[in-house]
Amino acid sequence: MSSKQQDLKDTERLPEATAKKVQTLALGVAAVGLALSAVGYMGDKQRFAFSFLTAFEWVTTLGLGALFFVMIQHVTRAGWSVAPRRHAEWLTSILWVSPILFFVGVFPNMHTLYEHWLGEHAAHDAIVKAKQAYLNTGFFTGRAVLFFAIWAVLAWFFQSKSREQDSSGDTKLTEKMQAMAAPGLALFALSQTFAGFDWVMSMDPHWYSTIFGVYMFAGGVVAALSVLAIINIRLQSAGLLQKVSTVEHQHDIGKLLFGFTVFWTYIAFSQYFLIWYGNIPEETIFFKHRWVESWKEWSLLLLVGHFIVPVVVLMSRHTKRNKAILTVMAVWMLLMHFVDMYWLVMPNLDHHGVHFTLGDVGALFLCAGLGFALVARRAAASPLFPLKDPRLAEAHKVENL
Amino acid sequence: MAEAKPKVRGKVVAAPTCAAVVGWFETPSALYHACESLRDKGYKDFDAHTPFPVHGLEKAMGLKPSRLPWIVLGGAITGFLTALSMQWWMGGVDYPLNISGKPGFSIQASIPILFELTVLLSAFGTFFGLWGLCGLPKLFDPVMQHPSFHKASDDRFFLSIEAKDPKFDSKTVTELLQKLGAHEVEEVAP
Repeated sequence: MSSKQQDLKDTERLPEATAKKVQTLALGVAAVGLALSAVGYMGDKQRFAFSFLTAFEWVTTLGLGALFFVMIQHVTRAGWSVAPRRHAEWLTSILWVSPILFFVGVFPNMHTLYEHWLGEHAAHDAIVKAKQAYLNTGFFTGRAVLFFAIWAVLAWFFQSKSREQDSSGDTKLTEKMQAMAAPGLALFALSQTFAGFDWVMSMDPHWYSTIFGVYMFAGGVVAALSVLAIINIRLQSAGLLQKVSTVEHQHDIGKLLFGFTVFWTYIAFSQYFLIWYGNIPEETIFFKHRWVESWKEWSLLLLVGHFIVPVVVLMSRHTKRNKAILTVMAVWMLLMHFVDMYWLVMPNLDHHGVHFTLGDVGALFLCAGLGFALVARRAAASPLFPLKDPRLAEAHKVENL
Repeated sequence: MAEAKPKVRGKVVAAPTCAAVVGWFETPSALYHACESLRDKGYKDFDAHTPFPVHGLEKAMGLKPSRLPWIVLGGAITGFLTALSMQWWMGGVDYPLNISGKPGFSIQASIPILFELTVLLSAFGTFFGLWGLCGLPKLFDPVMQHPSFHKASDDRFFLSIEAKDPKFDSKTVTELLQKLGAHEVEEVAP
């Protein structure tokens, strides 16, 4: 409220040593992941294909959640989120690693992962045959290329325009990004939904759920917001951002994290509830696979860990404004997002309970490490907040009543 | 709360004649700084009346965090438990109906009602809790007697210091408000 001119100067760059440390850490995680992945791959190639898909989905949905965050800030012309938007821009770099992970680690294993519509018995399966116009190798590959192209171009567009503004300060660039955000969101929603159908839901081609894409989207946004919360807190604690990203912005990210956790639950329950009520075998089979033996505990872990715990903990404003508590919850939600992805993918292989292996951890470390290594590179190469964003003053003034 | 005992120097008055001292400011920031000084001087029972919410005013006034969230939480828990026990009793115990073989009571089918009643009673808690905390409905408040008070919903930013404040002294606070830049500083009758 004070009328005096506010000083918006904050640290512009990550100190070189810190940037190096983060990059080394990410590459180290990837290296450990590679070693463990090798062990997993040698042990059971079929199993590792599923492990890798889980990890790929974990990191890709996170990148997609970040892309969504960036576009939503533009489409709503948000003023509070100028600094977190830059951090989300870094995270969208994951979407440039994802296609490599996909075409190296997922695509060659198609016959293992999607054998229900690619294998021999598919020809004798009336339901699968009826879906062959959509579920066939050529169209599947083409769609994957298209999805990755959409995401990579959107990520590039928002990153490069934002960076251009850092030097020019041209407000026209903000208008350009705003104009792109709306069609970008439409493209994002469609591609993201069908990617979910293609890569995860089609593993069990008899079963379908129209809300499935939204479910994966909700989990991805939760993961992206968790990382944004951690970045905000780390930059605050290190004394790098004190003005454009403060406890107020941390609180706002926390609110979104709380909100999207509830949204995830809402979507998860909507999917579950209709299937439970309909009680038709070809639909209930999805949940039956996830309720046999130790999968039952895994499902309950998802319910408690991905809903009850975060909702209770993050409800209060005091916990969202507390650096330690929000950090713990953010890390917890990232873990729960993995539990979620694992819950979607692995029961297609393990019909008799959870069979957790080192390969699962290895694939996660590998995909996450590679994704975040690029994120760290981008973070080192760009300012910590959009230096000349026209809404910077507004972002600075944010206050939660 | 102690009865207001106006200290009067010189003359002797029989009954308290002053409920509050009221004045107005032209800008939100003037009001904001006035609130800060009152807070720093140790005044407790004073209030600001503005045509629109002024950000950060609660900090300038030194207000404690609202108790409203706890009322809302109480509403939420009441709603949740009501919905749970109602559905369990009606569907599971008192009058079970067989509808396509579904159990009379099940958590799954109860969730929408659990959600709705939790939200409904939270909303009630928020709405009526706020009324209660604000002392509403209130048809009269001494502050309204200030001749320009209608401008509090237009373009003036009012500040009132109530006589029940332990540090209240009509002469001192009148001078204080004037010093802080308030206009039309007047005493209002109870």
